[in-house]
Amino acid sequence: MVKASIEARGDLRLTRLTKTYGDFTAVDDLSLTIPKGSFFALLGPSGCGKTTTLRMIAGLEEPTAGSIHLGETDITTTKPYQRPINTVFQNYALFPHLTIFENIAFGLRRRGKSDVKEAVEKVLNLVELPHLAQRKPTQLSGGQQQRIALARAIVNRPALLLLDEPLGALDLKLRRQMQIELKWIQKEVGLTFVHVTHDQEEAMTMADTIAVMNEGQIEQMGSPADLYDNPETAYVANFLGQSNLIKGTISGNDGDSQIVDLYGQKISLPKSRSHAVDNSTYAGIRPEKFRISLLETPVKGNVLSGGKIEDVSYIGVSTQYQVEMPWGQELMVFEQNDDGVAPFKKGDAVNISWEPTFTFGLRGDEDATAGSEVAPEVLDEE
Amino acid sequence: MSQKIKDATIPTIPLGARIQRWVGRNLIKIYAFIAFTYLFIPVAYTFAFSFNDSGKSNLIWKGFTLDNWKNPCGAPEVCNALGNSIKIGLLATIFSTILGTMIAFAIGRHKFKGRSTSNLLIFLPMATPEIVLGASLLSLFLVFKINPGFWPTVIAHIVFCISFVVVTVKARIASLDPRLEQAAMDLYANEFQTFRRVTLPLVAPGIAGAALLAFSLSFDDFIITNFNSGTLTTFPKFIYVSAARGIPAQANVIGSAMFFLALAIVIVGQLVNRRRVR
Repeated sequence: MVKASIEARGDLRLTRLTKTYGDFTAVDDLSLTIPKGSFFALLGPSGCGKTTTLRMIAGLEEPTAGSIHLGETDITTTKPYQRPINTVFQNYALFPHLTIFENIAFGLRRRGKSDVKEAVEKVLNLVELPHLAQRKPTQLSGGQQQRIALARAIVNRPALLLLDEPLGALDLKLRRQMQIELKWIQKEVGLTFVHVTHDQEEAMTMADTIAVMNEGQIEQMGSPADLYDNPETAYVANFLGQSNLIKGTISGNDGDSQIVDLYGQKISLPKSRSHAVDNSTYAGIRPEKFRISLLETPVKGNVLSGGKIEDVSYIGVSTQYQVEMPWGQELMVFEQNDDGVAPFKKGDAVNISWEPTFTFGLRGDEDATAGSEVAPEVLDEE
Repeated sequence: MSQKIKDATIPTIPLGARIQRWVGRNLIKIYAFIAFTYLFIPVAYTFAFSFNDSGKSNLIWKGFTLDNWKNPCGAPEVCNALGNSIKIGLLATIFSTILGTMIAFAIGRHKFKGRSTSNLLIFLPMATPEIVLGASLLSLFLVFKINPGFWPTVIAHIVFCISFVVVTVKARIASLDPRLEQAAMDLYANEFQTFRRVTLPLVAPGIAGAALLAFSLSFDDFIITNFNSGTLTTFPKFIYVSAARGIPAQANVIGSAMFFLALAIVIVGQLVNRRRVR
């Protein structure tokens, strides 16, 4: 049994996984398959259940209900040390009484591996810190500790590597650098990485597949581009980047598209991108997909007219406009500064246009602000 | 030109202000000097009088000699008493450290019914006046028809040492990050290996400190020992009894030796620690 579980390989399958603490449901009936070899991110704000999910996969928490399979092996109730899974902890959790070398060798020695020295040296070279082998963890900087924590986990060649907000304690510049390095190391060693983070940019930079979590459930799962371009819920639309959500009614069909009435103006929405369940819908457009034009300029695609520029913020690479529409809503527009200057000024009467294929449609009964007030920068202690 | 202006505008500081400033800067040093002097005068006195050519009473300085240091067991019974104290101290330390560490882990790491009650009860021997503890232990031994002597003294010492061990070790356990043990389990260490490779080494400094504390408490104890040791003489008892007719200089020799031994242990400990950090 012990031997079987420690040698398990394959896809990770969570089936109807649930974890409750008293009255509080941290993870709610979660089912999920993480393919072997992928870089998978669990993304969500504080308290969404992502860390609890990770701890159940590691074996540090026992599920209230549901099962966890690795390949064909059921590992739901096996001990953490009987799983071929290693974790990079949020605060690294390096053993302060052991040298860096012994920290990394810890897992190999427990399993009675030979060639410990060779394996440790190899992984130290991989994280580019071979000169620190005889130091103690407290003598290392945060970035170095992070890499040692990673080395200590991957030296065991686990079937699955879990990363719990591994970059949370690093400053922004180092974080960006480590994101690129982590991605490279994952390709290099070919392990399955499951990465828990509240940072949408981090998840999008690194992961092949992202699962957005909210209140213990998966809101939507897909590639970063899928989630960004075609969000299925207002929560995802707002949590990943910014969105303009305009209330409307589906008034008809035109081939592969739906005709949506937005306060009397008709636009077109591809059926494949519409997630509405009845006639009521929110049309969603990302701010950078909008184009602004003066009234006399002819435009193609979807057009909303009657806008008035309320605010202009010049931020170098682009300019942000707040455009007030006739129905009172302010839309956010990002324009690239291709020509060097912001071409519109406050008070200009303008039309807004965009490619119809960039529109996404959400259910009309949703809360259009869901996911936008959560403060993703707050580090969670679930 | 500018030099001249500068010279002219520098005001001379009055003497009073300068004294005030000097005192302000050095007050801590002066205070520390006085405090350490106060603490170490008795030690220095004891050390100095270990070289006294005292004869029968070691109260007046009669001349320098090395005889006491050459023959520390010269006075009747002094080394016998010291031997008893060390034996009792070591036994009490070993048992109270083992039991106390186990209690500390139980209270510090596990939730069970009656945990907070046990936590409170552990403090009781520390809070009870020694004279009460000593007397009640004696009556307890007599009820069970055990005569005062070596083993009753050892048992009595274990009783009051355990509390101190539990408190010391528990503080260390509380400061231990549970994620380190989780990391060990995550890295294929089972429960026993996790305890042996991670928990124990990290708690060890606390256990060592507790053991030292237990030994010095036991070695030092007079009141409880006096009730429960019967005719057995320990070092503190020996000093107390001989104080009536003049403490032999050999007692000063042993006292000073103990002091320097403790000092040496602390210094070596510090050096090892500094080395480990580097």
